[in-house]
Amino acid sequence: MTQSELPVLTKKDFESDQDVRWCPGCGDYSILAQTQKTMPDFGVAKEKIVFISGIGCSGRLPYYMNTFGFHTIHGRAATIATGLKAARPDLMVWVITGDGDALSIGGNHLIHAMRRNVDMKMIMFNNRIYGLTKGQASPTSPIGKKTKSTPLGTIETPIIPLNLVAAAEASFIARSVDTHSEHLQEMMHRAGEHSGAAFLEVLQNCNIFNDGAWRDFTDKSVKEDRMLVLKHGEPMIFGAEKNKGIRLNGLRPEVVTIGENGVSVADLWVHDETDPDATRTQILSRMWWPDFPVPVGVFRRVPRPTHDQLLVEQIDGAKAARAAKGPVDLQKLLASGETWTVE
Amino acid sequence: MTTNKSGEQQSITELDRVTIRFAGDSGDGMQLTGSQFTATTALFGNDVSTLPDFPAEIRAPAGSLPGVSGFQISFSSGDIHTPGDRPDVLVAMNPAALKVNIADLVPGGGIIVNTDAFNEINLRKAGYESDPLKDRSLQGYNLYEIPMSTMVANACEGLGMTSKQIELTKNFFALGVMFWLYERSMAATEKWIAEKFAGKDAVAEANRRALHAGYAFGETTEMFHTHYRVAPAHLPPGMYRNITGNEATALGFVTASRLAERDLFLASYPITPASDILHQLSSYKHLGIKTVQSEDEIAAIGAAVGAAYGGALGMTTTSGPGMALKAEMLGLAVMVELPLVVVDVQRAGPSTGMPTKTEQGDLLMSMFGRNSDSPIPVVAPATPAECFTMAIEAWRIALKHMTPVVYLSDAFLATGAEPWLIPQVADLPSIKVENAPAATGPGFRPYKRDPETLARPWAVPGTPGLEHRIGGLEKLDELGTVSYDPDNHHRMNLLRAEKVARIVRDIPATEIYGDDRGELLILGWGSTYGSIRSAVERLRARGRKVGHAHIRHINPLPGDLGEILQRFDKVLMPELNAGQLRMLIRSKYLVDAIGFNLVRGKPFQIGEIEAKAESLLGESVEVAK
Ligand SMILES: Cc1ncc(C[n+]2csc(CCOP(=O)(O)OP(=O)(O)O)c2C)c(N)n1
Ligand code: SF4
Ligand SMILES: [Mg+2]
Repeated sequence: MTQSELPVLTKKDFESDQDVRWCPGCGDYSILAQTQKTMPDFGVAKEKIVFISGIGCSGRLPYYMNTFGFHTIHGRAATIATGLKAARPDLMVWVITGDGDALSIGGNHLIHAMRRNVDMKMIMFNNRIYGLTKGQASPTSPIGKKTKSTPLGTIETPIIPLNLVAAAEASFIARSVDTHSEHLQEMMHRAGEHSGAAFLEVLQNCNIFNDGAWRDFTDKSVKEDRMLVLKHGEPMIFGAEKNKGIRLNGLRPEVVTIGENGVSVADLWVHDETDPDATRTQILSRMWWPDFPVPVGVFRRVPRPTHDQLLVEQIDGAKAARAAKGPVDLQKLLASGETWTVE
Repeated sequence: MTTNKSGEQQSITELDRVTIRFAGDSGDGMQLTGSQFTATTALFGNDVSTLPDFPAEIRAPAGSLPGVSGFQISFSSGDIHTPGDRPDVLVAMNPAALKVNIADLVPGGGIIVNTDAFNEINLRKAGYESDPLKDRSLQGYNLYEIPMSTMVANACEGLGMTSKQIELTKNFFALGVMFWLYERSMAATEKWIAEKFAGKDAVAEANRRALHAGYAFGETTEMFHTHYRVAPAHLPPGMYRNITGNEATALGFVTASRLAERDLFLASYPITPASDILHQLSSYKHLGIKTVQSEDEIAAIGAAVGAAYGGALGMTTTSGPGMALKAEMLGLAVMVELPLVVVDVQRAGPSTGMPTKTEQGDLLMSMFGRNSDSPIPVVAPATPAECFTMAIEAWRIALKHMTPVVYLSDAFLATGAEPWLIPQVADLPSIKVENAPAATGPGFRPYKRDPETLARPWAVPGTPGLEHRIGGLEKLDELGTVSYDPDNHHRMNLLRAEKVARIVRDIPATEIYGDDRGELLILGWGSTYGSIRSAVERLRARGRKVGHAHIRHINPLPGDLGEILQRFDKVLMPELNAGQLRMLIRSKYLVDAIGFNLVRGKPFQIGEIEAKAESLLGESVEVAK
């Protein structure tokens, strides 16, 4: 079916007949809704879209999408997506994962999927907790976090997911918030448009086991002052008054006030998604409340050939080189090397 | 009688079978020497069987005992099944090689040594207190002392090469001697040298000269009073090549892809002794084969499952430690009922064990090494050449029954070689299955089964109207939605088991070699085939009433096996493990099978099985030697 013949799809087309079973009030509902809303954007037929998930509350999402879906095992969704995309470059592959799923049990697969630039859009629901297993510490839980498995508080330094994927050469890196529905939709749209490994971290509230984990800066009442919405090619300005900014002093970011101490907009760090060097992406990823506003938006978007493209290119090249020597004959291949005939 | 150049008469001795072991330092090129001798011998028309034996350390200290690398070849004018129990001739390139291998040599066997390597340092490294070439400790053997390094140095004079470079050609000198001794032509090796060292004229010439010098040495010296003739074997007509198990496995998968009319996708993490399959399939990009070197074995099987979900022949290759890592994903494949082939080239374990040595220890892990009841078909080739057929069989089962399949090879099969009667691809039956067709309207049932095979439809993404969700959670029968219904779970468990059990309908009748009833059945699986078959041949030649059955399908077992077991008074099961298949046989058929279990990282010797069988049989007719 060509693009033009595609019927125009709506959110409704992407809703499956399954009852959604997250806890009432869970941030996952919003993520699901934005996902369903975004899908018609891409002009891709429903049957060409595949949602692959690991295990966790987040992992249930594919059941609610009226596309192809594969709820796999804990931490390994990226591996299955890698094989599927390699075998079937024609499909649009989304991976749904959690902070435990992607960063703990699946950490190794995450970094390798990113460095390979597997053409998958990975959405990581970060609730800083293990939700499905009822509330243990996760690799993003802050030091000191008291959970069932850490009654005296965790003693482990958390991972900064975007810093990790930047180090792993992810070609698209973004962050959004479950309740910031318009922004989240925009980020999903942009992740979906990207060709290559896209990593979208969604700050998600688990109202049962870790309620308010992000509230300090995501809440409507404070977000203007405590979050920084990244825009490509624009200076980093935030604050309800739009008078705060980020200045880069060498490799050190600083919060400055526009109009104070001679600071003008021209002094501010201008965001460049396409910066080929990931150093500044990592600096951005480390900026965190209360020292800094928490950045959301597209951190990085660089063009790079995808794993499946390169694989197919190699195969086509090898086929062409081979074709010059005559057709490939399996019978001849079996008989390669020294042969002899017994009469 | 022939006449050598000095005019002296040399005799020719006719032999039925000869076993030679080439041994030297890892850097001495013994594997290459062995494979060159094998290729020539196969071309000559003998039946051959080979067993390489390399050290696990890639660069063990030169001259040390752990650094010794060996290659054994047995060739015959008759049908042979093993690389020979004990070598008749040992080529030892240094003292360590002599020390490591001498105990295996038959009494009175020949030893050809490079005397130049028997210096004080090397003797010390090998732990010799005195020079065995001089202290008469080798008196019971035929010792041939050749200063190979000196001879190649002379032969390569004037080529402008360093003495170190020239020293590297001494293996070809040894090869030349052996070619002369066994009346082989140098042509194939000369061709190989020309191709291998194309553009490096001096190196090619040095190797050629070393080869010729060795041959000429055999011809001219008075050292060898005889040379040996092993007449060509009478193999069935057709075109042959020599093939290792890993090569045959790789080619089997390429052929399966053709017969199934689907793309082949391999994801694998390197591990000895399975890596060569990855290497070989990776070199077939021009055939459209996609390969990925994954970050670990879990990722490899994950990618294979993903490819299978997408409609390709998704597969992965590994050895024991990697197999252990794949367990959870295999369980997922059982649950989602996708076709998948997992190759386990077994090696000695547990844990890292002895990575280059053979064992049959992963059978029960393949059968049961997953959480809960999760039946998986298991197949096992018996010989290197049979790896080809069984690779296709593994895919046939996976496709027809929509199930993961474990293919159990081992280090002996993987690296051992034998002549292979090359099949005609056009004669091989199709193993094609169709994807589920596109549908209009709702109501697609991803778990609606084929009434005969119980296979569910292969509903690949991209097919309009088939949008559905699968996963590791239990699914409602037919509908495929998530279900926690107790009776449904029980029913699904039974269905998964029954689906695998029905594979038995396609398993051919078990062939019994020798007596099909009577005193003793020797029952084996996998790479023990050759040793068992040879032992049974010898036992029967002495009038013993013995049969040999060899199982290729381990799960499900052949349908006629229970009845066959009943026809014999005793059942002996040699296995290179603690009795894993025997445990299954005993529990399934309530037969008091007797185990013969050795785990030394090596194949059984024929004589060992023969002796064990004799101990179970009545009064002997004729004492075994
Ligand atoms: C191999 C394996 N180990 C453990 C589990 C149990 N388990 C399921 S989900 C999960 C953690 C999920 O946390 P996260 O990825 O953050 O997802 P969330 O539930 O918070 O969305 C664990 C430990 C499992 N299913 N499989
Ligand atoms: S446990 Fe937390 S993350 Fe999971 S569904 Fe409930 S609220 Fe959501
Ligand atoms: Mg979580």
